[in-house]
Amino acid sequence: MTFADTEEEEPEIEQASDPSVIIKNAVTTKDLSVYFNKRPAIENINIKIKRNSVTAIIGPSGCGKSTFLRSLNMMHDMTPKAQVFGEIFIHGENIMDFNTVDLRKKVGMVFQKPNPFPTMSIYENVTAGFRLNGIGSRKEHDIIVEKNLVSAGLWDEVRDRLKTPALSLSGGQQQRLCIARTIAVNPEIILMDEPTSALDPVSSSKIEELIYNLKKDYTIVIVTHNMQQAARVSDQTAFFYTGRLVEISKTRKMFTNPKEILTEEYVTGKFG
Amino acid sequence: MFLDSSDSIEKFGLDFIFSRNWDPVREEFGALTFIYGTIVSSFLALLISLPISIGVAVFLSEIVHKSVRTSLSFLIEILAAIPSIIYGFWGIFVLAPFMRTTIQPFLQSVFGFLPFFQGTMYGTGLLTASIILAIMITPIITAITRDVLKAIPVSQKEAAYALGATKWEGIKMALLNARSGILGGAVLGLGRAIGETMAVTMVIGNKAQIKASLFEPAYTMASVIANEFAEASGGLQVSSLIEVGLILFGVTFIVNSMARLLIYSVTRKA
Amino acid sequence: MTAEKVFKNPANLKRRKFVNSLMIFLCVVSSVLTILPLLYIFIYTTQSGISALNIDFFTKLPKPVGETGGGMANAIVGSGILIGIGGLIGIPIGILGGIYIAEYSKSFLAGVIKFTTDVLSGVPSIVVGIFAYGVVVLSMQSFSALAGGFALGILMIPTVTKITEEMLKLVPQSLREASLALGVSRWKTTLKVVLKTASSGIITGVLLAIARAAGETAPLLFTAFGNSFWQTRLDQPIAALPLQIFVYAISPYEDWHRQAWAGAFVLIFLVFVVNFLVRFVTRNKYS
Repeated sequence: MTFADTEEEEPEIEQASDPSVIIKNAVTTKDLSVYFNKRPAIENINIKIKRNSVTAIIGPSGCGKSTFLRSLNMMHDMTPKAQVFGEIFIHGENIMDFNTVDLRKKVGMVFQKPNPFPTMSIYENVTAGFRLNGIGSRKEHDIIVEKNLVSAGLWDEVRDRLKTPALSLSGGQQQRLCIARTIAVNPEIILMDEPTSALDPVSSSKIEELIYNLKKDYTIVIVTHNMQQAARVSDQTAFFYTGRLVEISKTRKMFTNPKEILTEEYVTGKFG
Repeated sequence: MFLDSSDSIEKFGLDFIFSRNWDPVREEFGALTFIYGTIVSSFLALLISLPISIGVAVFLSEIVHKSVRTSLSFLIEILAAIPSIIYGFWGIFVLAPFMRTTIQPFLQSVFGFLPFFQGTMYGTGLLTASIILAIMITPIITAITRDVLKAIPVSQKEAAYALGATKWEGIKMALLNARSGILGGAVLGLGRAIGETMAVTMVIGNKAQIKASLFEPAYTMASVIANEFAEASGGLQVSSLIEVGLILFGVTFIVNSMARLLIYSVTRKA
Repeated sequence: MTAEKVFKNPANLKRRKFVNSLMIFLCVVSSVLTILPLLYIFIYTTQSGISALNIDFFTKLPKPVGETGGGMANAIVGSGILIGIGGLIGIPIGILGGIYIAEYSKSFLAGVIKFTTDVLSGVPSIVVGIFAYGVVVLSMQSFSALAGGFALGILMIPTVTKITEEMLKLVPQSLREASLALGVSRWKTTLKVVLKTASSGIITGVLLAIARAAGETAPLLFTAFGNSFWQTRLDQPIAALPLQIFVYAISPYEDWHRQAWAGAFVLIFLVFVVNFLVRFVTRNKYS
């Protein structure tokens, strides 16, 4: 895989308050802070993410990567004592103007550990977003299942056993099933929270390949522990440290010629 | 319930609790004998059950191998699930005769100088009721004690063993640390004993009297309600029985709240 | 004596070792003492019960005093009706309470509900009977199946709530998040993902509550009241198995005692089967 980006550096200082910028980008955050129990987990994060790009978020454990990711689809409202400040725009619209259910249909999520629904078959898992909301006919479901399993690169492996329980699949297959389930509801943005950290290298590489292919239809934000993975799959990379955004740059620049010394020390393995 | 017992509350006031008189014919009602019977039978049951329960809990959590533990816990769970009517039935036909022919003569010959073990041996009576109650509350106290012991960090015991403590000395320390939770389990068992109806009704003899001897029949609050409520003649008797029920409710409510707070205080920390 | 001497004194060590063995021995004795009545009750009930059990027991009505034979058909059906009414009241309320405690556990109200169910589970069943008497019997001016069912329903609530709460808490948080992330609302997630995943555990809890309710006697004495005839109307006194056992057990008739043992055996058998079932289902779950 190659770095997608060959053009020259954009001017780095683009005012986030400029409405045209906000609409142009898939995700824009302004002074985003999240507090748990009155303690800051992330503070004053300002990020712009372009459409149909892959953005990797890296940083040592506890730096706020996942917290940032989960604030983009308001997953924090499940956590009592979490407070979110600042603004988040999805394609120019403030997420406070959505209700959480509609927002999550636009912003899908893939989790660290594969989490297919254990009571459902493979078929039912892919259509879960429709099924649980009571939408769609049998015929429509058939089409959705095939299309999305193909997109997730799982169709050939499971086409003969769609009715078997999802838990009968291997870990890597389960994770691709979860991706199929996520893209089935047609989101605009997909958030991935360390999607390969529970998988073996072969399964991981299949997921990475999948991420690369999905980029043409979706905007992807991926949190990863693994810097090689960030380098392989992403167009731009954001480095978080102790709840702050240290640097966000084109991935190639980030790994070859970072602006900040802290970033350089991290990507070269001096700490973390 | 408060409304339904207002007649009796108005008529007898506080005397209700302190009067020994229970006479449906003359419509004079006082609950002292029932309160006495309830308190004595429950505390006696707790006295018998508590050391045994702690022993079982220690056996389950500290001594025995895991495979024995699961089946033994299961048996004890079943012990808790057997309907009280069956305990009572068994009490009448098996335990009471056994008490009359074996246990009570033995107690009288050894401890006969104490007023508790004198008098006629009927088989049924306070002591027999207490033993049935003890069997019934042991699973409850055991379960709570075991949970509380589980909540004590292993590192504490290991520290004791590392200093050369014997197994029992380590266990003793764990028990001491868990004491408020164990107390909670004991109080919970007490609450269950206070409210237990059928088994007690069937073996306690149902005689409204206060005697020193534990062989004598007695009466509890729950039993008098069970026996007289359906056939109560006249509003005042019903109202008095409901007042007994109200006292029973109040006592068990307080006892159970205390127990829960004690148990929460230990298991929350873990 | 210095500490070292205390520690190394052989007599002291011997005493400590002796106390250790004695205490461990006492623990073993306690366990045996506890299991003994269980085995005794079980074996005795089975022996006396099976020999008295026959087809008549399940199909015939009780005979008048003095005649032998007859059965407890009306009491078995009556117990079924009472448990049915109790279940209709107790199971939905219990499950809703359990859902509320487990899924909204941080709210103040959930804490209150949890404490209330814990305390309610300790309220003597006879007091629940008086409550049902006050609410149903007095207002209908008659003992009735409804009153008995109402009492059993209230008694079932804490058991069902507790087990629902425990089973829902075993459902991994990641499943809730997976569903929410697909744009499924909170209550649909609870209903269709969480509850469904925990369903087998909850069913066992409901079975436990039913088995317990089936053996309850005290609250039925002055609500369902009992009936020696064939009677299935809900506004009339109705027979129940434990009530019939109670009446027969304290009677002076040999034949009635035999039948009471048969009834006791049926109850104890139910308790065993349900408990084994629960054990089996919950053991292979989520491990």
